[in-house]
Amino acid sequence: MIAIIKYNAGNITSVENAVRRLGYPCLVTDDIDEILRADKVIFPGVGEAKSAMIYLKERELDDVIQSLHQPVLGICLGLQLMCSHSEEGDTACFGIFDARVKKFPPGEIVPHMGWNNLSDLRSPLFAGFGKEDTVYFVHSYYAELCAQTIATCNYILPFSAAMQRDNFYATQFHPEKSGSVGENILHNFLRL
Amino acid sequence: MLKKRIIPCLDIKEGRTVKGVNFVGLRDAGDAVELAKRYVQEGADELVFLDITATVEKRKTLTELVRRVAEAINIPFTVGGGISTLEDAQAIIRAGADKISLNTSAVDNPELITGIADQFGNQCVVLAIDTKLEENGEWMVYVHGGRTPTPLRTLDWAKEGEKRGAGEILLTSMNNDGTKSGFAIDITRSVSEAVNIPVIASGGAGSLEHFADVFRETRASAALAASIFHFGEIPIPTLKHYLQEQKIPVR
Repeated sequence: MIAIIKYNAGNITSVENAVRRLGYPCLVTDDIDEILRADKVIFPGVGEAKSAMIYLKERELDDVIQSLHQPVLGICLGLQLMCSHSEEGDTACFGIFDARVKKFPPGEIVPHMGWNNLSDLRSPLFAGFGKEDTVYFVHSYYAELCAQTIATCNYILPFSAAMQRDNFYATQFHPEKSGSVGENILHNFLRL
Repeated sequence: MLKKRIIPCLDIKEGRTVKGVNFVGLRDAGDAVELAKRYVQEGADELVFLDITATVEKRKTLTELVRRVAEAINIPFTVGGGISTLEDAQAIIRAGADKISLNTSAVDNPELITGIADQFGNQCVVLAIDTKLEENGEWMVYVHGGRTPTPLRTLDWAKEGEKRGAGEILLTSMNNDGTKSGFAIDITRSVSEAVNIPVIASGGAGSLEHFADVFRETRASAALAASIFHFGEIPIPTLKHYLQEQKIPVR
């Protein structure tokens, strides 16, 4: 069973639909036992860092997520909350990845919205990813490059498009919204 | 490199697609979910669904369609048309839409932009602006599907929308819409340079060159069209191939 962590931010239905299209049973839940029992956990989200963190803390999900031993995939805000700190609402995050989350500099078009390339791929998540392939991003804050960066994207400046530490994986882009390329990345995670 | 987006727009009435020419005279162009899937296969970068149903059961029908679309496709899509309350937006987003497009309701109640942005993030709110060049040379904002003039100047309204929390602007030139004479370069350039959120150019696409022109001559991040895609006049793969040859970054 794949558990998708339910929280107050954004479009979680899309993640659920994508997992189901790949043929995996899944449930959207904030129940701690169900999350602990799952084979894999997806921690999705778009929305605002501070209110998401408050929501997770109220339900003790922040500690639960960090204690998981099965493969975990953070998506978008999920990736940012797995970093050390976010400038969005000056929010202390999990600190799984040694990177800070910053706002894109002013004067440029933000959010970074649309399809972009990836480089410096260093993970089985990207098995089958072609040189010209693109994935869909939508975000106004970015995670710095760090030792756990497994894919880099360039928009205004280079940033972490994906990260991994032990069983924790995360993508800044939306694999569930990135066509067949994204579906393949999601499938690579689900097959880990 | 971030790609310029090509976005087919599907006008929806009671679950089926229609397209107005200059906002009047509708033609049926097929089932919404099937058409959406075809566009995804062809390489559309996003889709926009604009609901023009005017019945009381509208919201239920639209929510059901959004649910079916979300199950069927794996690229982002925006839903607009008569979304006038936070509750409407919540229902559509929970059914699986990525973004909500606001037009008349944002002019009537600009707080709605902020309300949806606060709850779901700025990236969820697309401010749709129908603009018309008046005889005095001003581009003015129109509402109610282009039937009602407002005292708002297009540039002012775009900037206010950004300030209130819109994450993107969908700018449709009524003078160009349905004419196939090209996008309105001047107002698209002005708006895209006045704001720092993505602008989608809309209205007037009739040839491959029109897309290259709008991307070269303005700061637009995306271009939207309907009938030329629906009736196969410009297949999306042909358009993408052409833009690539023109050194415009596309997926």
